[in-house]
Amino acid sequence: MSDAGSSAATRRLDCIVIGGGHNGLVCATYLARAGRSVLVLEAAGRVGGAAVTREFAPGYRVSAGAHLLHLMPRALMDELGLAGQGFTYAGRDLPTTAIAAGLAPLPIGAPGQAALQAVSPRDAAAYPAFSARLRRFAVALYPLLDSIPPRLGSDAWTDRIALLKLGWRIRTLGRREMRELLRIIGMNAYDLIADELETPRLQGALGFDAVLGTNFGPRAPGTVLTLLTRLAAESAAGSSPLAQPRGGLGALSEALAKAAVAAGATVRTGTRVARIRVQADRAVGVVLDSGESIDAGTVISNADAKSTFFKLLGTRHLDTGFVRKVDHLRSRGLAAKLHLALDRLPSFPGLPIAALGGRLLIAPSLDYIERAWDHSKYGECSSAPTLEITLPTVNDPSLAPAGRHVLSAIVQYVPYQPAAGWAAERARYTDVVLATLEAHAPGLRSTVTATEFLTPADLEREFGMSGGHWHHGDLAFDQFYMVRPVPGAAQYRTPVTGLYLCGASCHPGGGVMGLAGRNAARAVLRKAA
Amino acid sequence: MAAVRSPRGRRHDVIVIGAGHNGLVAACYLSRAGLDVLVLERNEYIGGAAVSRRLYGDFTYSNCSYVCSLLRPEIMRGLELPRHGLQIIPYEGGCTLMRDGGHLALYDNHDALRREICRHSKRDAEAYERFSTDVIRQCKFIKPLLMREPPDPTSFRPRDLMELLYLGQRLNATGEDRMYDTLRFWTMSAADFLDEYFESEIVKAHFAGSSIIGTALGPRSPGTAYVLLHHYMGDIDDTVGAWGFARGGMGAVTQALSASLQASGGCIRAAAPVERILVKHGRARGVALASGEEITASTVVSNMDVKRTFLDTVEPEHLPAEFLTAVRRFKIRGSSGKLNIALDGLPRFPAIPEGAPCIRGDLHLTDTVEMMERAYDDWKQGRWSAAPYVDMLIPSQIDPTMAPEGEHYMSVFVQYCPYALADGPWTEAKRTAFGATVIDAIARQSPDFKSLILHAEIRTPWDIENEVGLTEGNIFQGELTMDQLLFNRPVPGYAQYSTPLAGLYLSGSTTHPGGGVMGAPGANAARRILRDLGRAA
Repeated sequence: MSDAGSSAATRRLDCIVIGGGHNGLVCATYLARAGRSVLVLEAAGRVGGAAVTREFAPGYRVSAGAHLLHLMPRALMDELGLAGQGFTYAGRDLPTTAIAAGLAPLPIGAPGQAALQAVSPRDAAAYPAFSARLRRFAVALYPLLDSIPPRLGSDAWTDRIALLKLGWRIRTLGRREMRELLRIIGMNAYDLIADELETPRLQGALGFDAVLGTNFGPRAPGTVLTLLTRLAAESAAGSSPLAQPRGGLGALSEALAKAAVAAGATVRTGTRVARIRVQADRAVGVVLDSGESIDAGTVISNADAKSTFFKLLGTRHLDTGFVRKVDHLRSRGLAAKLHLALDRLPSFPGLPIAALGGRLLIAPSLDYIERAWDHSKYGECSSAPTLEITLPTVNDPSLAPAGRHVLSAIVQYVPYQPAAGWAAERARYTDVVLATLEAHAPGLRSTVTATEFLTPADLEREFGMSGGHWHHGDLAFDQFYMVRPVPGAAQYRTPVTGLYLCGASCHPGGGVMGLAGRNAARAVLRKAA
Repeated sequence: MAAVRSPRGRRHDVIVIGAGHNGLVAACYLSRAGLDVLVLERNEYIGGAAVSRRLYGDFTYSNCSYVCSLLRPEIMRGLELPRHGLQIIPYEGGCTLMRDGGHLALYDNHDALRREICRHSKRDAEAYERFSTDVIRQCKFIKPLLMREPPDPTSFRPRDLMELLYLGQRLNATGEDRMYDTLRFWTMSAADFLDEYFESEIVKAHFAGSSIIGTALGPRSPGTAYVLLHHYMGDIDDTVGAWGFARGGMGAVTQALSASLQASGGCIRAAAPVERILVKHGRARGVALASGEEITASTVVSNMDVKRTFLDTVEPEHLPAEFLTAVRRFKIRGSSGKLNIALDGLPRFPAIPEGAPCIRGDLHLTDTVEMMERAYDDWKQGRWSAAPYVDMLIPSQIDPTMAPEGEHYMSVFVQYCPYALADGPWTEAKRTAFGATVIDAIARQSPDFKSLILHAEIRTPWDIENEVGLTEGNIFQGELTMDQLLFNRPVPGYAQYSTPLAGLYLSGSTTHPGGGVMGAPGANAARRILRDLGRAA
């Protein structure tokens, strides 16, 4: 969709958005709707960033980065009018099933109550209350995600009111609940889950959600925060939020781009920005790889913080303290992606066909996840990795030739740069992951006709994310909310006037949520107002 | 270690259960306020985990806690501890011995310290200036909070609101950038924090050590940067970061407290194990001893940790179910062991240059953060660290009272050692094997070490629990994690030294601000009690 809705370019642009990832497109739409002239510049040949659908073997297509949609708030999608842009679902309310070799698959959540009752009556009694409590906390925390983080020590009333509102919201939970929230929010997921539940597979499934896309094992304090962040976003995405867009995540990005264009923005793909132009300490536009220079009053970068400040802007425009902070931003990804072309549907013993269209987790216990993480601390790939598996072709046969299937799995933990080096490690490790799959779905290996394994380093190359990190930077207390990505840039504004961030390295992080993009648009508009 | 016996059957104003340092500090303050105080100690000797013990010949072992730095100066002064015999001897520094034969010594002397770091990395010597400024700033911010009651953020009582306001204002006064620094510092991992300053592995490893002492966390666990500070807050002669020995061993601290208590009229009974706290109509009325004797008092102060107090000593029917659940969930994890070794001479450490004063300080064998993290991995798997982190000192070099002339006492603190082993309960053979692991690790840096050993006391978390009474042998009476600090310590809603039972209070390091031989929980508890009794502190 090159040059869609080409602009007349007679007047100077108000805004340039660097990067047509989902946050960039959301941001562009809101700015265009507010009457700004907006140009989105995407380096790749298609929009979407890490939310794309592409061919990985002849005839087989896959969501190459994120492979499920579960964090984008329903209200945001409605506001953007995605349904009117041709966006449809191949599957909604998808189930999650914990699978463990040698044990019957365990459906997680409400549909799994009966199965859980058979495994542990205690957990069957405790789980609904536990899960409802977490959900209450998540709902209370959601406004935190959907707003610009306040600045501390600021005299501005917007900041003070934001802080007061946050305090008030937590208070309205009631005294008992508030106490519990203040206790658990700094905890590690391992202890919280083990205090409440006893079934290892259920514990593992919850622990997995707490650490997906992070650089921590479930024993690390702060992993309850990441779990609550995920649940908070999910709470706004619906009561059973796991969904699969028809045509893969790329179709969502296409719809977001159409919404942007419909709002009046221009989207140029295949257009790589070489650098951000600065004049008198102010961002005034960009220079493209081609040498073309485009001026704009405001430049908004959907790239991660490190790429934005170090590659596109250049440290000479920043003070050393700020540069040091950006340099310290931890953004080494630990999640890899495996894509398999299969000549038939795999079979997981005991798993009903209906569950194959959902999310399958191999994270059979909290200790399993923790051990998987331990390897990565020393630059090793997990010998027994955790896997989030989807078979997108079950719900959407158009992604593969008739009768054939695609398996897409997030593999954790895989270091950015293993000590042994990827040249030596790639084939060996792909084999480890396949063996893990085979152990859970006997016979699967013999049905594989093509394999693609994307390491964090590959993800960095393909999607331009520093360190190949899904969230453009670890989600942890010290990189969260008012200090995300770094103090001094946590309100989407940067130290360079006219330059903003709108990507996942900003609050509230990545995962195809779109809130960073919308908050950034608010920040740009607030400044201008 | 004679304890003064109080006349039996007398009614007291206050009973303190446990003659550990915090219990004694609380008792001293209460006694000085004019209350009739009786301290009951389970063991034959007083001191809890701050003791000097003669277990072999004329050697004195500080067989639990072993150095002094956190003891609050206001307590030292207020209770006149130096007058009652406490003398702290500062030592000059410490050293990490490297596996390749090198070493990094750190001294209080700034120039010497810079020279040392420079040997390993010039850049790190520069970074150290930034590092120490930042850490000392955090120390100074936190220090005044140690001697205050944490406010209950869910309460609308004026006292809590005022305290919250005080905290907010203090934080606010540091300025915007500093507030973010503080926010990050409290939540980061020690490894990440140190990575922001240093490049040299040995420098990082040396500093990271203090972040893991006593905790069931590794240097890469978020929240450990704060624990680093906890050990950085030494306060001898108001020099931030200084450490010292108590002359005569750590028992000198509790002996001085005991003398101070007796001077103001308080009593201590040793060998008087409390079996039960007596409760009537939701009020603590006194205690029943294991002997069957009952002693009544209108106020009972438990210096035991929160689990031991409420799960073992109070009958559950007196407590709300929700409170009991919270107590059960409180994390008190055994993660440390201890060796006390009598040596027939000073061991040689070839890595330390002849005559370097760092041998009189704390010595370490862990030269990378990764080695430390791997030691933690062992603990997670339910086994003691194959290559443990040790914090060893030979105080007899400075304090001649600790060992006969020409012989030496060595205190070896070991991290990590689990309370519960994956392969079943602790046995004599396993304890010996644990000790051998530690001794072998030291012997790799000291060829004559093994031949000098006259006696070694090996203490696992299980031993510490059984002798000292600390649940799981946790030296802090509870993990120092975000969910167990400030208003969450030990139980949300009961973080101000009071309990669900009127007249029953907690004074141990299970309460704010936690462990280390600091005395702050005891002093804070006393202040709270006096306020409740309508007496000015």
